[in-house]
Amino acid sequence: MKLRISHETTYRYGRPIRNLVQSLRLTPSVFEGQKVHEWQIDVTDGIRGPGFRDGAGDWIEGWNVRGPVDQVTVRVQGRIDTRDMAGVLRGHREVVHPLTYMTHTDFTQPDDALRDLANSVNGTSDNLDLAHRLSLQISDSIAFQNGVTANNTTAAEALALGAGVCQDHTHALIALARIRHLPARYVSGYLHSTIDGEPHDAAHAWAEIHVEGLGWVGFDAANKCCPDERYVRLGSGLDASDAAPIRGVAMGSGAEDMAVAVQVEELAQ
Amino acid sequence: MLSRTAANLFWMGRHLERAETAARLLDVGQRITLLPNTEEGYQNEWNSLLQASGTSELFTGKYGEISQENIEEFIFFDRENPSSVVNCIEKAREAGRIVRTALTSQVWDALNVTYQDLRKIENTPRSRLDTASLTDFTTSHTSTVRGAINATQLRNDGWHFMNLGYGLERADATARLLDVKYFVLLPRIEFVGSGLDTYQWQVILRSLSAHRSYHWAYGGDITAGQVADFLILNGESPRSLITSLYEVVWHLEGLARRYGDAVSAEARDKGRDVMEQLQARDIDMIFDEGLHEFLSWFIQELGTISTLVHQDYLLGGA
Amino acid sequence: MSYYNEMFEGDQVRDPYARLREWVDTMPDDFRQMKQAEAEALFRRIGITFAVYGEGGDPDRLIPFDMMPRVFEQAEWRKLERGIKQRARALNAFLRDVYGRGEIVRAGRIPARLVYQNEAYEKSVVGFVPPRGIYSHIIGIDLVRTAKDEFYVLEDNCRTPSGVSYMLENREIMMRMFPQLFRKNRIEPVDQYPDLLRRTLESVAPAKCEGRPTCVILTPGHYNSAYYEHSFLANLMGVELVEGQDLFVDGDFCYMRTTTGPRKVDVIYRRIDDPYLDPLCFRPDSMLGIPGLMNVYRSGGVSICSAPGAGVADDKAIYTFVPEMIRFYLGEQPILNNVQTWTLWKDDDYRYVMENLGDLVVKEVHGSGGYGMLVGPKSTKEEIEMFRHKIKANPSNYIAQPTLALSTCPTFVEEGIAPRHVDLRPYCLCGDRIELVPGGLTRVALRDGSLVVNSSQGGGVKDTWVLSE
Repeated sequence: MKLRISHETTYRYGRPIRNLVQSLRLTPSVFEGQKVHEWQIDVTDGIRGPGFRDGAGDWIEGWNVRGPVDQVTVRVQGRIDTRDMAGVLRGHREVVHPLTYMTHTDFTQPDDALRDLANSVNGTSDNLDLAHRLSLQISDSIAFQNGVTANNTTAAEALALGAGVCQDHTHALIALARIRHLPARYVSGYLHSTIDGEPHDAAHAWAEIHVEGLGWVGFDAANKCCPDERYVRLGSGLDASDAAPIRGVAMGSGAEDMAVAVQVEELAQ
Repeated sequence: MLSRTAANLFWMGRHLERAETAARLLDVGQRITLLPNTEEGYQNEWNSLLQASGTSELFTGKYGEISQENIEEFIFFDRENPSSVVNCIEKAREAGRIVRTALTSQVWDALNVTYQDLRKIENTPRSRLDTASLTDFTTSHTSTVRGAINATQLRNDGWHFMNLGYGLERADATARLLDVKYFVLLPRIEFVGSGLDTYQWQVILRSLSAHRSYHWAYGGDITAGQVADFLILNGESPRSLITSLYEVVWHLEGLARRYGDAVSAEARDKGRDVMEQLQARDIDMIFDEGLHEFLSWFIQELGTISTLVHQDYLLGGA
Repeated sequence: MSYYNEMFEGDQVRDPYARLREWVDTMPDDFRQMKQAEAEALFRRIGITFAVYGEGGDPDRLIPFDMMPRVFEQAEWRKLERGIKQRARALNAFLRDVYGRGEIVRAGRIPARLVYQNEAYEKSVVGFVPPRGIYSHIIGIDLVRTAKDEFYVLEDNCRTPSGVSYMLENREIMMRMFPQLFRKNRIEPVDQYPDLLRRTLESVAPAKCEGRPTCVILTPGHYNSAYYEHSFLANLMGVELVEGQDLFVDGDFCYMRTTTGPRKVDVIYRRIDDPYLDPLCFRPDSMLGIPGLMNVYRSGGVSICSAPGAGVADDKAIYTFVPEMIRFYLGEQPILNNVQTWTLWKDDDYRYVMENLGDLVVKEVHGSGGYGMLVGPKSTKEEIEMFRHKIKANPSNYIAQPTLALSTCPTFVEEGIAPRHVDLRPYCLCGDRIELVPGGLTRVALRDGSLVVNSSQGGGVKDTWVLSE
């Protein structure tokens, strides 16, 4: 698919801030499923700092804004070609050892319910099959529902609630995979449209599970599928916080409020 | 020099000066209670002294009754009172500890010994302490620190920041005390020569440790105009507004010279400006303008200078 | 159990201590007491009242100083020095490897799990090679002696080993109190350490740095138990002692806030732990760190010493593989011994340890400061049984070692002079060169018979001499 992406995040501060420092993971991954034609990141009044590719293959950029300012917008615009790789992350250069992704974080810390659910899947010796079935378990156990969970909801809480958004599905699937000794990680990116063709107008997240012999494979439990050409991959981490496309610290004393606008549209051939 | 180092030196100076102010307050408070006066009279005196340090409400809320014990407890020992001697000395020592390497060992020793001895006093039964020993303790230790600073610190930017703290705090304390008592200094006919106001002026002079030096400077009877002149415009009086401000400006000039044109010196410019305005006045003009109005202006200008010191030197960019 | 006495062999005084003999024998009791009081007063005045890092306790507590020095001969020291430097090279080679291709894991010499699932392993610095490939710039190696020529390494400290200020102050105070001793004995100096440390830090400045690098020491603040050491070192090195709030990131570099405006910082000797370095990379709630620092580090705008992630090399589980590292990376035989270690997550080891608890020392994998530790021969039956339950609950949290016959060194005690057990922590500096000052921190267990030298458990310190001839 040829996709045009526009992603704007605006921060408004109750009182002008003295300074803002951000770390952005907002550039598409380089692998066989993606080819970037044009990509631009801009931060209003921002100074572009260091940029580098980290060990997990993500392009990371530091930015800072000298205050006083009371509003900052992070603007991403670009064009990209995507291909369906059946979820497999082929041709992605990374040096981080998969076992590094066995470590649980606060978001994925297992409780008895997560452990029971993970261990309820049996009768398979094939890890790829196991990963698929764990993903299905999550799709069936957590209904997609906006507004019932928050940014800091954990996998255990989402499972107890039986509902959540893509972040919650992803954390829960990661927890299950790690319980079954499969390295798993959080991926952030964009989605063009859901499987029934509904346009998707927010940032998206899914899980990747490491399967010996195949490498990293994506699973989108929220949409009950594997990532295909509708997906744009930005970067990964141990959980949502570690993989966040934008991390920032502002020096100031006022309240902060954030607005996000994402558009992913298909371009004519 | 790190901005934080400068800030700690600045606040070390301020807190040491503030501890001294508290000790003088204690001394004068004690004296008031010894004067033959109505119960109400000395309660009022106390209230106004507490108002000057901005802690009157705190005292009333916590202790209610004014008594020797309560006053000692509040002004010397009470950790909830931000201006208590214990608090000021602890904060000064804390600041000193953070910037240890910017202090000479003599200054650190003096500061540390003050703190250690303070611990001992806190552990002494109150019944074995009298007010005089508490005020003596404070003034003698703070003077030792002050002396060590003068005798041993390099005359560098750190020294300027310490002294800026001392100077600004002293100017502020004098101005606030005067402001609380300004009405007794107004030269009103009906009180002249009456026992009440003479005694009140003495209280003011004593609370600034200035009762002796006043006599040296003016001789003869105490009059309202002269007391005000002594505490505001007399360049020989060590705690007068003009002396304190003169020192503040002197140290700001020192910093500006040292750092050169590349570093903004708005605090210095403001200091110069306030100094000129102060020098342009005599005591009659101040009374014509209104003593309270004048003092409000002065206190506000001091605040501005403080803010500018912060902006010029203590933010360190970004 | 018999213990190696470093001063006496029967009635004979060993060579290194020959000249001290007379000093001790002719010292009147009251003179000793007077000097002891003088030493204590000196320490208090200097303000050296901190606990050795990670040991907790009252920050204003004074660690007892024993005036009787511990002495090494030049030849003994040479061997130690070679062993320590060898270990330092291997540890840095290991770090460079596991943050790169991980050859030692691929070769099957170290289990992948121990490296990559280690909580000190930092994913965010994988693939980045710091200047000169050095990750751990100051390595503190804890050693014990069991015989004339037998030294064992107890543990390696690759992050930010503390206590070096004691090494320097102990010497300073000894020289001030007993100058005649130093005239009679030719003792190698240690006071070049701060200069060597600064040189080491300057030698790992990032490539982008032009001119003489600006180094700083980053402290968590004056509430930290080792704050004295931080300010002491900063002062001797002539560098600024900064807190997180003093530093900020702007564009490609890191700056400190000064009274004359921002000043670029090239090398940060940090005394704060990895998770607190940068809220944009690690713990988002850290107030101690500098937002954006890791991005500047990763792109070569600033050096951080030790490198984030260096802790993976000094884990008690990784420790057992250090001899393997020496063989693998350097192709050499280890000069210093490791203590035999049973890892309780292995079934065989577990069985052996549970059957022999009374003879062994058991430690927590991530514990420090002598806490959470069982010294079998020195424990009661009840204590051993209680510990058995703790191990059963979580075996992989423990390792066990034989009880070592720690050497003793004469020590001033209430009744005069008596042997007490000692260990040694020398400080190895790694930059463009590997340097080791001749000396270190000798800790002494002041309680009769105790084998625990930690200051939080009744340990004291001694000046450590290396004779020059």
